[in-house]
Amino acid sequence: MVAKFDLNDDSVVVIIGSGAGGGTLGNELAQKGVKVVILEAGQRFEYTDFVNDEWESFAQLAWTETRATSGTWRVAKNFPNLPAWIVKAVGGTTTHWAGASLRIQPHEFKALTTYGRIEGANLLDWPVTREELDPYYERAEEKMGVTRTGGRPGLPGNNNFKVLKAGADKLGYKECHTGNMAINSVERDNRNSCQQTGFCFQGCKWGAKWSTLYTEIPKGEATGNLEVRPQSIVQHIEHDAAGKVTGVVYVDKDGAQQKQKARIVCVAANSLESPRLLLNSSSSKFPDGLANSSGQVGRNYMRHVTGSVYGVFEKPVHMYRGTTMAGIVRDEARFDPGRGFVGGYELETLSLGIPFMAAFLDPGGWGREFTSAMDDYPNMAGLWIVGEDMPQEKNRVTLSPDLKDKNGLPVAEVHFDDHPNDEAMRNHAYEQGRKIYESVGALRTFPTPPYPSTHNLGTNRMSAKPDDGVVNKFGQAHDIKNLFVSDGSQFTTGGAENPTLTIVTLAIRQAEYIAQQMSSRAM
Amino acid sequence: MHDHHGGGPGVQSPGRRVFLQRTSEVAFAAAVAISSGGALINVTEAWGIEVKGLQPETMKTLILMSRDIYPHDRIADRFYAIAAKPFDAKAAADPAIKAMFEKGVADLNALAGPQGYLGLHWEADRVALLHRIAATPFFEAVRGPLVVSLYNQKEIWPIFGYEGESYSKGGYIHRGFDDLDWL
Repeated sequence: MVAKFDLNDDSVVVIIGSGAGGGTLGNELAQKGVKVVILEAGQRFEYTDFVNDEWESFAQLAWTETRATSGTWRVAKNFPNLPAWIVKAVGGTTTHWAGASLRIQPHEFKALTTYGRIEGANLLDWPVTREELDPYYERAEEKMGVTRTGGRPGLPGNNNFKVLKAGADKLGYKECHTGNMAINSVERDNRNSCQQTGFCFQGCKWGAKWSTLYTEIPKGEATGNLEVRPQSIVQHIEHDAAGKVTGVVYVDKDGAQQKQKARIVCVAANSLESPRLLLNSSSSKFPDGLANSSGQVGRNYMRHVTGSVYGVFEKPVHMYRGTTMAGIVRDEARFDPGRGFVGGYELETLSLGIPFMAAFLDPGGWGREFTSAMDDYPNMAGLWIVGEDMPQEKNRVTLSPDLKDKNGLPVAEVHFDDHPNDEAMRNHAYEQGRKIYESVGALRTFPTPPYPSTHNLGTNRMSAKPDDGVVNKFGQAHDIKNLFVSDGSQFTTGGAENPTLTIVTLAIRQAEYIAQQMSSRAM
Repeated sequence: MHDHHGGGPGVQSPGRRVFLQRTSEVAFAAAVAISSGGALINVTEAWGIEVKGLQPETMKTLILMSRDIYPHDRIADRFYAIAAKPFDAKAAADPAIKAMFEKGVADLNALAGPQGYLGLHWEADRVALLHRIAATPFFEAVRGPLVVSLYNQKEIWPIFGYEGESYSKGGYIHRGFDDLDWL
């Protein structure tokens, strides 16, 4: 029997967003007997609804409502209203993600102490250590079925991986394997094993890849304590005279404005929408937006140092066959400033189909230089760079002065400039990617620029001191005790690792904290 | 009423009928004829498209521009015609867009000289002109949408060795996901 809570029930926890953070938090709280309403902006598709077609899937799942961009990043030039490729649907970006599940490294949680002051960068140590998170990381890996952890076997290597591995071996890299992936290598948790279908980014039609859509959410619903309301677009969060949040105002699927009361509100709408919501919730008591006494809401936006390298070989590769990303070289993720930059990066296999290759190989490119690359497609292998970019205060999400959504509220504007450390890291990574492929016979290689960001982080960051960030080590707002942030916007720094595992880990821990605080009546 | 082909021996088309002769020397400009109804027709390859918003000659130029912007020697003209079709629909729906395309093509023809863009038979000459207009909004209005309208045609994916939809065939686990044998 699925729960349905009254709008005036002020004992519920309201979570905004149903992805890695919101979906996991919702289930974890529901399992502990806490009543939860998840408000999700997107529709509910089941995994049988996914389509193995890049543009059709994009139209189905992606957040396509306009956003604004500014800054010197190439995304602002080529995709001015699409700074991010993330999802608007139940399950959030866990429907689209590739499944790469890596723990952030111990020294990365202490980025300021380890790297020292870097000019122009707003580095800060996390208020939590890797050691404190390890028990929760383990639970997350178990929950998600991450391969090569907890005794779970790795996925087999596809053609794209074989090329990466051969090149990595030639260069002397020591840590190259098919990844720690939240994709079933065997049937597990009542879900199929991976059939190497090659459309991971378009939603896994087998349910083999972990997504809150068909794991956390139905498990939470089965307790009778979790209600998910799709097509519910939250406009602002309300508070009382004392500054405690009291509920949220949202537009429902019929376009009518509704108000859901809440004992606690958790914002998990991703690093663009979460700060936007806090800023759009400004009031006479909080003229700069909710939870923003530090001025850091929206700031320190990070998107990881990314980019791709594709190599073309004499013989076919058919890189699109099989998992999109089960392959990794981890050696460069170390801290080694002798390379000319702080922080490190991972190299991960990546493939795109013809439609997306045309869109992202060289945005704006044309002519025979471009088409000869497209003609090389069957003989291409590809990889993606994921590296730690520097938090900068001026890289930020603000409210657009000009563009409004269909309900009349200002949309997010994303400003980003690369830091010199980011550029040095990216150039190094391009070089290493080229060397990997040339060492095993690539006749031609291309660097591609960063795509619209799939990793969006840092805009409501954790800090020990309230002046330095938005939330404490439990994701609780410094300014407002019953307001939490539960998505990747909590990240103090980005590390070199794909963020989803850490988001899930923090949500498991946050649920424990919230339940404890509720039962001790502290909130 | 009369066809607008660029030349070639022995072709004639008075009145309402369209005759076409295609030899290996005859360029796109001659291969695609304009019917009395204003449609573009390639009889040899057996395709035709209605032209509703733009002048037929303008549409013909946009199709050739589409190939010159994204030239693939194994992709037949009809796929470029399909890719360019939305330009005509946009022009039919919006007079400002129609004017933008008509003027853009007119300016391009002026740059090309008396024979026009379609009359430049060497790709290199046409591409040189495209480089000269590459920073213009008109060029971007043609190039941008082609990324999707050309490359999202399923029929051409086999030319690139891309196998497309996979789930209904059981994924690639038994269809060569790891068949690479040359390393």
